[in-house]
Amino acid sequence: MKELLKDIKKRYDISMIVHQRPDEVFATVNKEEAVALITHLRDHEGFTHLVLLTAVDWLEDGKFQLTYLLNNDAKRNDLGLRVMIDREEATMESIHHLWEQAATYQRELKEMFGIDFPGSPRVNESFILEGWHDIPPYRRDFDTKKYSEETYFPRPGRVTHDPAEYMKKKLYPEE
Amino acid sequence: MTDKNKYRDKFPDKNPDGTNIIDLESHKFIKVWQGPQHPGITGNMSLELIVQGDEIMKCTTHVGYLHRGFEKLMERRTFIQCFPLVCRIAVPEPDFNEYCFAATIEELAGIKIPEAAEWMRTLLLEMARLTSFMMWMGGQTGAFGLGLPGQWLNYGRDLMLDRFEEISGGRIYHMHILPGGVRGLLPDGWEGRMEDTLKKLEGIMSDVNKTMFTNAVFKKRSVGLGYIDPTWVDKYGIVGPNARAAGIPKDVRKDYPYLKYSELDFDVITATDSDAYTRADLRRKEIHLSIDLIRQMMAKMPKSGEYMAKVPNVLHWKIPKGETYIRSECTRGEYGFYTVTDGSGFPRRINVRGPSYTHAVALMEKLAIDCNIADTAGLMVSLHTYPPEIER
Repeated sequence: MKELLKDIKKRYDISMIVHQRPDEVFATVNKEEAVALITHLRDHEGFTHLVLLTAVDWLEDGKFQLTYLLNNDAKRNDLGLRVMIDREEATMESIHHLWEQAATYQRELKEMFGIDFPGSPRVNESFILEGWHDIPPYRRDFDTKKYSEETYFPRPGRVTHDPAEYMKKKLYPEE
Repeated sequence: MTDKNKYRDKFPDKNPDGTNIIDLESHKFIKVWQGPQHPGITGNMSLELIVQGDEIMKCTTHVGYLHRGFEKLMERRTFIQCFPLVCRIAVPEPDFNEYCFAATIEELAGIKIPEAAEWMRTLLLEMARLTSFMMWMGGQTGAFGLGLPGQWLNYGRDLMLDRFEEISGGRIYHMHILPGGVRGLLPDGWEGRMEDTLKKLEGIMSDVNKTMFTNAVFKKRSVGLGYIDPTWVDKYGIVGPNARAAGIPKDVRKDYPYLKYSELDFDVITATDSDAYTRADLRRKEIHLSIDLIRQMMAKMPKSGEYMAKVPNVLHWKIPKGETYIRSECTRGEYGFYTVTDGSGFPRRINVRGPSYTHAVALMEKLAIDCNIADTAGLMVSLHTYPPEIER
């Protein structure tokens, strides 16, 4: 794993390398170089399995972190590539041409985080939330509690009791 | 080339990428929805099928019928509050969620769990696998119109749920695995009752073998259905029994031994034909492997000892900043949790990597093309998908 990192460090600008476990490394790569590096890793370094593609919202830094977790099944190790993109202009190059399932991940990220992947198949179709008009719900500034209080309301006829008092009144009304 | 394909080549016309050109206005196609309320669908999802005659020309997977936003809910809960949530991501086998979540937290917080807890976790995971496969096998026979094996298998599953109840107090959601270890070791006399159950399950499996795998109806309908080419495995992210049935020996238990799997004696089961029948047969062998592994564990595991490591007060538990990914082999393949922490008392982000995500969307949409509409249910079940994993 160390040799591989040394090798790709010569050609790509990677930083913040964290050796989480001997077989699992996380590293940050530039937005512009990310897809080239992923393609290189898939075609020449044996990282043929895309484990997951997801986003982390760093609201206070104004950034989204995209994590591409790649797995090398022959050498039994994982490389997590972080790509920091701007929160305001959240667009990223698509990798649907490398793995068929990537289009599904990107469609979900577009819906849940509002990160655009131009050219990815059906990326603008709703995946889970049909008819959603609010801000993308997995962003940190979306408040689920506030949303549910505004959208839903208590049904009429529902009363909340203090359990101890209610049972006493029901079972021993004379006391 | 069969006669059927001779005519199929001419109609309908194809796009340059090989997909069928569909014109609903021509009245030569009908759109049919299979699901979300349909006995042949695994859970709440739906397939939008465009059929010509009784053959499927186009299939689109629609999910979102049970979206509860697990990942978002977890961001607003303390680490211990997340435990009643994670087990609900895959209902028939909650233990894999509990293990993966506990393991990511332990790794980020630097906690080493006692040996007895590791054995106990391995046992629970293997029991969950056995239980889930029994339920799946009933679903697979049911999808082809054979109701009887499902009844027997559900009886077998119920016996396993009794054993779970004796350990944890819960039948479906066990919540026995906590960060730092497990809630307890085996109760008195449990091994004897488990051995009786395993003997009964072997008897049931022998009956199922006779009524399912040598049944003409099941064989005729499942052989050749849903062929997965070995070259698709990496391209579509196929894992678990679906990949192993295509001859690719992908098994997290062997490849990345976690817990006590390195101390158990087993081989990765593979097959070559890669159709629905082979996948069912492979899962039958997996059931026998699980029974064998449970017996090995019962002989080897310590009967007493420390089972919970010291953890901080869980109500004020802050975990240092970091990120990690932990995988385990669930019944459908690689199941993993990617957890990001930011030093606060709440997880920053948790992403669940479920095998159904790739199997039920990209792969299912491809396999359903040219399949008979009556076989869709069988094909869907043979991929073994759970919708809650797709829309966590």
